Amino acid sequence: MPAEFLLVTAALLPFLGSVAVALLPRDARNAAALLAGGVTLAALACIGALFTHVGAGTVVRTFDWLPTLGVGLTLRLDGLAWLFAVLVLGIGALVVLYARYYMAAEDPVPRLFAFLLAFVGAMLNLVLAGNLIQLVMAWELTSVFSFLLIGYWYDNRAARDGARMALTITALGGLCLLAGMVVIGRIVGSYDLAVVLASGDAIRSSPLYLPALVLVLAAALTKSAQFPFHIWLPRAMAAPTPISAYLHSATMVKAGIFLMIRLWPVLAETDAWYWIVGTAGMATMLVGAWSAIFQHDLKGLLAYSTISHLGLITLLLGLNSRLAVVAAIFHTVNHATFKASLFMAAGIIDHETGTRDMRRLSGLWRAMPHTATLAMVAAAAMAGVPLLNGFLSKEMFLSEAVDNVGDHPVQLALPVLATVASAFTVLYSLRFIRQTFFGAPPHDLPHAPHEPVRWMRLPIEVLVLACVAVGLVPNLTIGPALEVATRAVFGNGGPDYDLAIWHGVNAPLALSMGALAGGVGLYFAFGRRINTNPRGGPWLMHRLDGGFLFERTMTGLVRGARWFERMFGATRLQAQLRTLFLVALIAGLSVALARGWPTLAPPSLAGIDPAFALLWLVGGACALGAAERAKYHRLSAVMLTGGAGLVGSLTFVWLSAPDLAVTQLLVEIVTTVLLLLGLRWLPKRDEAIVVTQQENRRARRRRVTDFVVAATVGTGLASLAYAVMTRPAPEGIARWFVEAAYPQAGGRNVVNVLLVDFRAFDTLGEISVLGIVGLTVFALLRRFRPAADSLERPRQQLRQEAADRARADREVGDTAADALLIPTVVITWLFPFVCVFALHLFLRGHDLPGGGFAAGIALTIAFILQYMARGAQWVEDRLRIRPIAWIGLGLLVAGLAGAVPWLFGRPFLTATFQYAEVPILGKIPMASAVAFDLGVVVLVVGASVLMLVALARQSLRRAREAAAEPEA
Amino acid sequence: MELVLSLGIGVLAASGVWLLLRPRTFQAILGLSLLTYAVNLFIFAMGRLKVGAAPVLASGTDAAGIADPVPQALVLTALVISFALTALFLVVLLAARGVTGSDHVDGQEPGRREQGLGKSGR
Repeated sequence: MPAEFLLVTAALLPFLGSVAVALLPRDARNAAALLAGGVTLAALACIGALFTHVGAGTVVRTFDWLPTLGVGLTLRLDGLAWLFAVLVLGIGALVVLYARYYMAAEDPVPRLFAFLLAFVGAMLNLVLAGNLIQLVMAWELTSVFSFLLIGYWYDNRAARDGARMALTITALGGLCLLAGMVVIGRIVGSYDLAVVLASGDAIRSSPLYLPALVLVLAAALTKSAQFPFHIWLPRAMAAPTPISAYLHSATMVKAGIFLMIRLWPVLAETDAWYWIVGTAGMATMLVGAWSAIFQHDLKGLLAYSTISHLGLITLLLGLNSRLAVVAAIFHTVNHATFKASLFMAAGIIDHETGTRDMRRLSGLWRAMPHTATLAMVAAAAMAGVPLLNGFLSKEMFLSEAVDNVGDHPVQLALPVLATVASAFTVLYSLRFIRQTFFGAPPHDLPHAPHEPVRWMRLPIEVLVLACVAVGLVPNLTIGPALEVATRAVFGNGGPDYDLAIWHGVNAPLALSMGALAGGVGLYFAFGRRINTNPRGGPWLMHRLDGGFLFERTMTGLVRGARWFERMFGATRLQAQLRTLFLVALIAGLSVALARGWPTLAPPSLAGIDPAFALLWLVGGACALGAAERAKYHRLSAVMLTGGAGLVGSLTFVWLSAPDLAVTQLLVEIVTTVLLLLGLRWLPKRDEAIVVTQQENRRARRRRVTDFVVAATVGTGLASLAYAVMTRPAPEGIARWFVEAAYPQAGGRNVVNVLLVDFRAFDTLGEISVLGIVGLTVFALLRRFRPAADSLERPRQQLRQEAADRARADREVGDTAADALLIPTVVITWLFPFVCVFALHLFLRGHDLPGGGFAAGIALTIAFILQYMARGAQWVEDRLRIRPIAWIGLGLLVAGLAGAVPWLFGRPFLTATFQYAEVPILGKIPMASAVAFDLGVVVLVVGASVLMLVALARQSLRRAREAAAEPEA
Repeated sequence: MELVLSLGIGVLAASGVWLLLRPRTFQAILGLSLLTYAVNLFIFAMGRLKVGAAPVLASGTDAAGIADPVPQALVLTALVISFALTALFLVVLLAARGVTGSDHVDGQEPGRREQGLGKSGR
């Protein structure tokens, strides 16, 4: 248990630390660095303490996450994970220390450390993941946080572009990884890493092996910057140097390597693996080394050198030899130590001199002997000089290259190419050291160079010490860790290897020495010409500018998206709707074509009620009339639409749906009032629009198309409705509702019971929508800029005002105020009656047609009638209506009615009922659903009144504006 | 009965679709209303047509003989939602008219798009 506790602590600490650091003030440099360093060291201590457990087996802790999908959160620490975790945390702690002194005082350092810790956490969880899906998540997190880290100086364009490119390429790989993991999960039947690792034969023999391999490798190769995806890595150098030192030595780019090692036992040892991984590694190693030679920027050189070394490791993994995998793990560790220290040294040079251009730097040996010594040792390790760690792993690499020469002509070149790449490495390492530290004393540098502060050098000293220690006594230092890592990968089937410094005089040693001599010779032959290389970039490579190709691809994608949008998107509503209807038609027709046309019962006139037919004759005429009139005769179109609605309402009455009929009728009234309120702001016919002959023809064509579309939709819907209605109804769920309505919900009106009890959750959602719409309308109208009134004032009104003005005893408006006096009085007195009617609808709702919606809308009509009769001013002087509060209250009541059952341990919206004897009214059903229905009423009233009143008030606003600037 | 109602649904839907495809916002809003009627009736019709068999239980009602309450409940919800939608659409169209000065569904007269004029505030 304590082991598991340590593991969980280590996995969580960086994330917690990240949040804590993010909360620090902007200038808290020391606090942020202390916290970040402390957290990293604590996590390192936890992992370090687990070494003995790892030697004995695997530490595993599983949490349930998505058990139904077979996805758990598993932390799994074996030897390989241990080695990588120590790398991540150890170098992480050193980078934190270095960054504290590297970052300028004006940089918001807590942000850097917060992102850095989050990245550490992501990386740590990546190596500790015991579940494939979890691994993908951690993988994507590393992409996201590396994006944030690379783009830390976001006011720098290069940083933004570099971050974007890194994210685009690595996140694309991450998506492939997800797909690949799903495929592997399908093959194995589990996402658990332990199960997957035990199923190597099943995976390799599966027909899905190749897709899974390609997808996983797409992720690994993009992340580890393998050719041709390497282009993101040099551009990521726009990050602060501590970040480059971290991302490109121990972490980000090693994630791909880690993945390939992790899945090596199940994916490797096939021809496909050999050719894909081997070729990618070889190409990357050569291209990276070749490009590194021609860099003038220190960080650029290190970036391409990183690419080259990653290629070397990948090539080792691709050789399908177990010994090569050990070499790969070993070189991964070595590369992390010497490359991190070199990046830090480059950062120090940049920091103290103000430039990273090797053509300007020289003779820094005198100014910073300490740093120069450290950098030289690290560079020598990179070049593979004996007695340093790089020599050991390079020796293993060359020996693998010699041992794995096959029959294929390409394979014969393996040792040659390996030696050439090693020689290149020697060449650029030498160039790095010689141009920076030796030669004439520097002149014309932005700052006078000097040694950095003590603490900034400490991380490099630690790393270089590691390089030397591993190089001198490998068995005492890296030996045990390498052994547990090897055992984690191969179990007991691991290869025998020997970490000795001296293996005797053999082919690898000869190649190694040849590479050293070749590199030195090449430098002295070409060093000067490289510096004065007019084109700047690597020779022979200028046609393969990856960045340019990437930008071209991105531009092409954006252009393609624009084209797609232009072709298939419609900024014009009519075209959009036409497409929508056409697609719906095609979908319907294709189903009909695929499944056979439905047979229609022969239509017969028998059994048709002539009154019903007449009703629909009127309804159809209303609809067609509305369609024809809506363009220039809006009032009549509104009335005709209302007519069609009324016919619908009557149809509901006729066909046994009294609830629908009542609601439809009331909704119809309110909608019509709304439309009438809006009419005044719509424009008159604009005679100024000139219609040319050509446009006229086009319009006619469009109308013909639209007519065909409309007629087809109508015919289709009609035939479909007819086809369904003339078939017997299948046994649906209706019967259960009908039978359960009274015994279970205490209601006799099944529709109402459905709404407020069985399907109350639906209704809750629906009234929420209604409330939202009410608020939206309110918000829209608050900033409403009404168009000018389209109507002039009626002639009658003008005449009345003239008459008022002519007589001394009358004010202007007196006559108009008396208009419709009798209806006004009648309507005013209708208020209580309509309210009682609404109450009646509400109370009977559970047993008889009526219910919350109908009652709410009826109550709305009571209010709106007052507005219509007396005007907004008069009503609001007498009635305080706060529709917004009503909306809230309604939702609250409905929600509470639903929540009360929780108190009794029942699910949300469970209803109970009882009958209560109320004096005068008699026996009343007291279902708890009635409380819910009450919420519905209140909300419906609130929302509808809000909309109507908000609209009605707009005319007042106009009048006020007119009064404010008379004769404007 | 079925024939008449399906023809009615067809005519309502066709008128609605026709109006929705017109260029003026007011036509579109009426079209939406008409299409809503048609669709509501269509959903309702899926429960088959019954005369004099409201889904209200009285003692002695034959549970099997009454109209299907499920489509009715669905349509009741749809009625209220479509009311809210019409109100929202109306306000949006009025606001658009106030802002752009045009009652074209695209906020500007198609012929004037090239000149960048969208004004017809008369």
